This record gives sequence, C-alpha cells and structure tokens, in this order.
Amino acid sequence: MKLRRTMLFVPGNNPSLIRDAAIYNEDAIILDLEDAVSINEKDSARFLVYQALQSLDFRDKEVAVRINDPKTPIGKMDLKAVVKTRKAVIRLPKSECKEDIAECAAIIEEIERENGITVGTTRMMAAIESAIGVLNAKEIAFASPRLLSIALGAEDYCASIKTSRSANGQELLFARCMILQAARAAGIDCIDTVFSDLKNDEGFISEVETIHQLGFDGKSIIHPKQIQMVHAVFTPGEAKVQKAMAVVRAIVDARDKGLGVVSLNGKMIDRPVVLQAERTLMLASAAGLLSREDKEYARLA
Amino acid sequence: MLDLHEIELYTDIMGLHGLFEPDKLHKNYELIDERNQIRSKIIPSLEEAVRLSGLKDGMTISFHHHFRNGDYIVNLVLDTLARMGFKDLVVAASSLTDCHAPMIEHIQSGVVRRIETSGLRGKLAQAISNGVMNAPVVFRSHGGRAYAIETDELQIDVAFLGAPSSDAVGNANGYSRENNDKGIMCGAMGYAKCDATYANKTIILTDHIVPYPNAPFGIPESDVDFVVQVDAIGNAEGIMSGATRFTNNPKELLIAQLAADVIEMSGRFENGYSFQMGSGGASLAVAQFLREKMLRNNIKASFALGGITGRVVDLHEEGLVHKLLDVQSFDLIASQSLKNNRYHQQISASYYASPANSGTAVNQLDFTVLSALEVDCDFNVNVLTGSDGVIRGAIGGHPDTACGAAVSIVVVPLTRGRIPCVVQRVNTIVTPGKTVDVVVTEYGVGVNPQRKQLRENLAKAGIPLLTIEQLQQKAESLVGKPEPIRYLDKVVGIVAYRDNTIIDLIHQVQ
Repeated sequence: MKLRRTMLFVPGNNPSLIRDAAIYNEDAIILDLEDAVSINEKDSARFLVYQALQSLDFRDKEVAVRINDPKTPIGKMDLKAVVKTRKAVIRLPKSECKEDIAECAAIIEEIERENGITVGTTRMMAAIESAIGVLNAKEIAFASPRLLSIALGAEDYCASIKTSRSANGQELLFARCMILQAARAAGIDCIDTVFSDLKNDEGFISEVETIHQLGFDGKSIIHPKQIQMVHAVFTPGEAKVQKAMAVVRAIVDARDKGLGVVSLNGKMIDRPVVLQAERTLMLASAAGLLSREDKEYARLA
Repeated sequence: MLDLHEIELYTDIMGLHGLFEPDKLHKNYELIDERNQIRSKIIPSLEEAVRLSGLKDGMTISFHHHFRNGDYIVNLVLDTLARMGFKDLVVAASSLTDCHAPMIEHIQSGVVRRIETSGLRGKLAQAISNGVMNAPVVFRSHGGRAYAIETDELQIDVAFLGAPSSDAVGNANGYSRENNDKGIMCGAMGYAKCDATYANKTIILTDHIVPYPNAPFGIPESDVDFVVQVDAIGNAEGIMSGATRFTNNPKELLIAQLAADVIEMSGRFENGYSFQMGSGGASLAVAQFLREKMLRNNIKASFALGGITGRVVDLHEEGLVHKLLDVQSFDLIASQSLKNNRYHQQISASYYASPANSGTAVNQLDFTVLSALEVDCDFNVNVLTGSDGVIRGAIGGHPDTACGAAVSIVVVPLTRGRIPCVVQRVNTIVTPGKTVDVVVTEYGVGVNPQRKQLRENLAKAGIPLLTIEQLQQKAESLVGKPEPIRYLDKVVGIVAYRDNTIIDLIHQVQ
C-alpha cells in the first residue's frame, strides 16, 4: 500500500522545477509532457524527463510521467522513452473506455519485450475527463492489472457536461462518486482533480475536505504550497489513531497466542477493519504521529 | 581678585584657561529671526561647504548607504569635487551599489584614488574586478568599519551625509516627526552616525530643512559642521519599498521553515531570546514561521536587531518582540515604526557590531539568520564574489552577527540555476567557518561539527541532518563541478575580517 495523498504535477520542460520536485514532502510526482508542454517543445521536454529519470534522485517518491495521447506518434515516443528507464509509472492522458487503457498497455508490453523488461512491471495511472469516461469508469478501472489509480480531470469534464466549476463543486459530485466506486471495486486508488486558484486557500481546503470525506486517496496538486494543506486534512485524529493501534496490538497479541481469530473488546476484527487500521497508521506515520514503538507494532501486524 | 598661586599643584591640572574675564563674555539676546540667521550652519552651496571644510587632495571622504540604490549623494558630491579639481581622494563609504556606476569616471580621471566599502555591485563592481583601480578596494564589515573609524585607523576628513531631514544647526535624521518627509525617508541612519561622530568635518546634505529642534535626531548638531540644502537627495523608490515582499517561492519557504525548525529545536528558543533576520527572501520568511512557533509555545523575544523589516515590526506590534534595535531600516513600515514606536531604537554601527565593545548588540544575539552566495566544507561563507569571480555583493554585518550570535544559521539553496552553492572551497572567505553553526538548504541541514550539543538537539528533534560534505556532494551530483575561475595576479580587493585583519584577497578576473 502506498500513500498518494498529494500528486504534484511538474512541467516536463522546466529543468529547475524538475530538479527541485523531490525536495518537498509530496507523496508522488507527475512529470508532465502533455498539457504543460507546447507542441514545439515536446521533443526537448521528453529528452529532459528521460535524463531526469535516469540521473536525479527522487528520494523514493513515486514518479509518474503524464504522456501525450499514446495513439499519436508523440505519445508513442513518450512511452518508449519513459518505459525504457524502468523508473516511472505511465500516467495516461484522458481515457474514455477500456480500449484506451488496453491499447496503451499493449504498446507498453511491446516496449518491455524489446528492452528485456519483465512484462507487467510498468504500471499505469488513468484519468477520466469526460462524460463518457465517467459512465465507463468501471470498465476503465478494471481494464488492466497495470493500473494503480484513476483520477478525475475536472476542467475538461465540466466542459463535456456543459457547465463550469463552482465553489462548492456540486457539478463534480456524480463524477467523483462514479470514479470512486469504480476504483474501490477494482481495488485501485482514486485521485481528485487539480485546484488551480492558488490564492484561494480556503476554497482549496474545503474541496480537500470534501474529497477526503467522499473516500478519495488524494489530490492532484500544481504547487508545493498545497501539499501541507492536503496532508493536514488527511492526517487522522488522535482517537482514530488510538483505535487503529488497538487493532494492530490485538492482531499481534492473537498471533503471539496462536489464535486464529482476532478480537478486540469481545468483537471479531474482520479484514476491512484491519485494512482501515493499516491505512490510518500509514497516514499517521507519514504525519509523524507515531512513536518508534507504535511503528514497530504496525510493522509486525 | 583670585590668586591662582594659592592652588596646590595648579600647573598639573589641565583644561583650565586662566581667570574668568566678564568683558569677553557675549550674552545672547537675539530675536528668533536673528538667532536663526546667526546660529545657522546652512551654507548656500556645496562648493562653499567643501571649501569651508578644508578638504584637500588625498584626503578621505565618507558616505553612508542608507539610500541604497536610490542614492544621489555620492554621485552629486563626487561630480562637484571633480569640478572643483580635487584629486586622489579616498572614498570611504559604508557601502556602494549599482547606482554608483558614475564613480568609474572619477576613478579613471584620478579624482578617486582608493575605495573603502562594505560592498560593490553593478558596473562599478565589474570595473573594479576588471582592474580599473591601481589600489585595491578594502572591504570591511559594518562592525569592522565602525571599529576602524573609532580607533582612528580609518580617519575621515570630511563626511558627506545625506539626510531626509535636518534643522539649520544640523540635527539630522532619516525621518522627521515635524511633517511629511517629502516622500523621502530612510528610517535609521546607524552607519552615518559613526561617521558624524568621528569625522573631522561633517556636512549634512538635505532636501528638507525643518524647524529647530529636529527631535528625535539620528545625528546630533554637535557632530555637524555644515548643512547644505540640495534639490534632491535620492529617489524614494530606490531607497525603500513600501514593504519588503514576503516570498512565494516554495523553495525559499521550505528553507525558511527548516531554519525556523532549527531555531525552535536548538535548545535556546525560550522566553527572552533575541534574533536578527536578513532581508533576503528565505531569511525574511523565517520571521513568519517563527511567529507561529512563538504563539504556539507562548514565547516572546526580548529584542530583534539589525536591518529591521516590516515583518519584524509586525512581530513587535503584536507583542512578540519587546524591543527593536535598528541600525538600518529596510522598508517604509520599519521607518514608520522607528518614527512612531517607543521601543524601536535607532543605533549606530558601533553600537550594533563594533568588536571594540564587548557589550555590542551582536554579542547579545541568540540567533542570526544569514544568506550566502556560497558556503564551503569548512563552513566558510562568501557573500562578496559571484561564481564568475566578479564582485557582486556586500559583507554587511555577516561576519559580525555570525561571530556574536550564539547560533548563526546560514540559509542557502544547494544550487542556483546551474551554480552549486555548497562547494569545497568558497571563492572568497568573508565569514570564517568557525563562526558559522548551521547551514540550512532545501535538501537538509548541516551542523558545524564543533557544535556537538546543537547537533544532538537537532538530531533528537528529527531535523534532517547531513554532513556539509554530503551537501556538497549532493550539489555536485546535481550540477557537476564548475570550471575554476581564471584570475590574474593583480589584487583588486582586500577582505578585512571584523577585527580588520585580512581574511582573503580578491584578484582581477581574466
């Protein structure tokens, strides 16, 4: 299980931003070759990102590269460059149906075979940015075992349903719920859209609270200043952490005593509770809330 | 009749001038208008004031840099002295900057023979790095300059001091409580205060004559010989901005947050502590992060020192910093505060940082946060020469506060563009590594191995620590190893440490 609370978009044509991408405490980095890069800079940006993946230390952060449409020659060249490095996840641009994922996966498989890379090791992330994509969310989420997550892209989606973004985000509720159910059903992560108004911290936090409550794993972000605000919302409260620790201790105790069934306060603990506790402790640990002893318990469990 | 011979050992007592003679006494009884005329030190022209000052070829003239890049005084005075035919002058400025490029001409024509300053920038710096002068420029820290002046090692013959306000007898200041400051205000005049005290003659240049007494004053009338009214002393926009801008640069904010964490976890962050912050992006932002920590921990500082910024004034007005000691005000908010706040005290460069005084303000500091062009593996800091070897900075109070403060923190990005900022050996040593305790970069914090307890405190608190060598290696891995700078043999600059021993030399660039 990996945390993906914050996925920081970094323009693939900006050397200093790429160099500095890993100094912040975001969970994941998305080097962008698509929207951030103008058509006449696609080749140089691809070269830059390729070199960056080969030479920079991204400090164990998950790194993805958003490629151009894999159906185009530019997108195919992006795929070739990135897959070869074995160092990044492929973040697809807009996906509308399972074939979009499958076709890209097929190209990746070809590149893997050509370069002696174990087939299936290159992972993918998808984004849904249209009405048809939202309606096909389930088939997209199940389209490939390579998929780690699906994300909502709200700007294009709003245009496709003939509206624009509002402060309370009600126009996104349906899409968010659809994508979230699809991701959960497929057992992959679900990431929310970017929030572009960097001056509106209040609006940003409110949106993060909404998607956190809905069940999202994290948010795409466009500036390092957004990281702390997201992490603050995703940091579990003291009571929740204590409850998770109790679950973990119960598991360790049961194992020590050779018991097949784990129970806490007379109630049996089932798998969803364990997973929930595990995630809570990961979030707490990332926020620096766990003592060394607590971390050791969590590891044992 | 008094008989002086009755006094035992009369001839051993100095400072007595014989018997009182009432006939020689003149009792003042002028009308106000007459008095203003008779007592006035206002001289109708700068030329006349220069003649009266007794300035001769080869003498030393001084200037302050409180007008920063908006200064008109240096160019105005040197143009005038050139017209009057002066040669071989020594210019001893507290600092020089971009707007002083016209001095190049006066160097070439022989009006200026030698320069003493804290820093140089722009075309003048470039020309000096290219060898335009015969004599090397002497760079002194603010404390070192005050020390040299106090000890008469740097003797100022005539000080030309611009002032946003003065009365007719020379009570001068960087602001005025009389009325508005004609748009010109510089706040504290700490560097000028030293010059006025010790110069043989002091000329105040002002565009704003106010009624006597111009109280409060930065420079008292007793230190002033002549006052000259000029049309303009500076460009308000170049002198100071409305408020020093708070950085939005995420990397600077990251470094600032880390520096504030270092302060909090150093073991010295407690009620009554004191600090100095620079005006650079990252060091300025430290004040903001410290504010949160002070509120959270209910800690208040006894004083903040140095170049004072609006950010520090905010902390003072919020009750988080009790007193402000201000040698130089960095923005209008700081100037306004000096004018209006009771516990905002103007201090001289000597009071601020002179090594001659063991109680000097920098020695009372717990923390100083300083910026740098480069830091090396021995923690030496360069704030004077760029990666091309050309002079492009100022020593300021860097070595003074680094030595005086109990914890000196240098905030510096690991690289700027393709230039590494943590290096094996700095181009020019300005502040010796022995006085630098912590280096904060966006990749982590390096603690001077001499400071074992501090290192332990920071490690225990989970501050990301690296050795300075690891930081240097990291920088090298990002941007590679730069070609060595090609210098010629000629020495164009002498870098004096605050005790005025020579710490490094700057050579002519090829």
